[in-house]
Amino acid sequence: MECVIGVVGRDFAVVAADTSAVQSILVHKTDEDKVMVLDSHKLMGASGEPGDRVQFTEYIQKNLHLYQFRNTIPLSTAATANFTRGELATALRRNPYMVNVILAGYDKDVGASMYYIDYIATLHKIDKGAFGYGSYFCLSLMDKLYHPDMTVEEAVDLVDKCIKEIRLRLVVAPQNFVIKVVDKDGAKVYARREYISDSPPDAAPATASATATEA
Amino acid sequence: MSIFEYNGSAVVAMVGKNCFAIASDRRLGVQLQTVATDFQRVFKIHDKLYIGLSGLATDAQTLYQRLVFRHKLYQLREERDMKPETFASLVSALLYEKRFGPYFCQPVIAGLGEDNEPFICTMDCIGAKELAKDFVVSGTASESLYGACESMFKPNMEPEELVETISQALLSSVDRDCLSGWGGYVLLLTPTEVQERVLKARMD
Repeated sequence: MECVIGVVGRDFAVVAADTSAVQSILVHKTDEDKVMVLDSHKLMGASGEPGDRVQFTEYIQKNLHLYQFRNTIPLSTAATANFTRGELATALRRNPYMVNVILAGYDKDVGASMYYIDYIATLHKIDKGAFGYGSYFCLSLMDKLYHPDMTVEEAVDLVDKCIKEIRLRLVVAPQNFVIKVVDKDGAKVYARREYISDSPPDAAPATASATATEA
Repeated sequence: MSIFEYNGSAVVAMVGKNCFAIASDRRLGVQLQTVATDFQRVFKIHDKLYIGLSGLATDAQTLYQRLVFRHKLYQLREERDMKPETFASLVSALLYEKRFGPYFCQPVIAGLGEDNEPFICTMDCIGAKELAKDFVVSGTASESLYGACESMFKPNMEPEELVETISQALLSSVDRDCLSGWGGYVLLLTPTEVQERVLKARMD
């Protein structure tokens, strides 16, 4: 089941998410990117109803672009978080988006920051957080191992520990994860943690690819 | 489980001699899972007026934003701050507007009015005002807060004693409630100063 994880370090933020597209007992694909790059310095990790997730994250992304075109400066991370909350809150009592969001970004003046926004539009600034079934393991792990002046390597190591725990303890654990980092140089894919690929079995035997790509 | 208990909360306000204190817990949870321990439920409206919003966190945030907006419009039109009594009526009206689809919040309003007369009041989620001379409570810990306040409160306390009383009442109450606690926030207002305190509490 879906897992979105986020950690803020000294001058960067990490957002990781599983990449499975699941519907009831079927895994449709294992390379669905749930961490959207909103603009050059913002990441939005989202979980929830797939249709709503894609529609909503794109809607936020496009509005951010529109703002940037109109005003020549991008929206700050805090402003983006409040905009996102506003949209979710107005939708909540009409036709709600079933989307939980972890929004991370880097601003020149405030540095890296991260926001927890759930589908009922609760907004809160956090240092570490998680959504979905994975959160039952991740939150306690992060409470124990997190410290505010982590380096990128340490933070990704912490995320790896979370992923390891999910794979070990969660019955319905997703196979693949993507880890993205946002810092002063922008938002980018940092690494992938993949057990299986979407290629047909004859092209890439499941056993061989599992050993080759295991981190 | 009630929607009012979804995030967990404890808010209390007490009156002293020409002063008042308003306090809340700091937990933000999603049912039994704790998301953060630095959540703010007490908000400033103007220098002598504060509101604490217990209940559903998202509605607390929405309601606060709407109240700030309405108060700013009032300031522009009237060129003065709102009296606590007026503000309570505003909150009540705003809540009753949504009679059949309410904000799931129970507000606690505390302010100093003309001649620094303390005013405290609470409401249900559709705006039925409940005025009190001594203390008001709300949130998931309200039952234990009633008990604690009932036994600890004395009329006409000085500011120092008031802070101590409200802090002890809050801390002892949230220890009997699974959904609130994880730290406390206390705000004391006297005619001349504001004191904010963050309380360390049991983190379980």
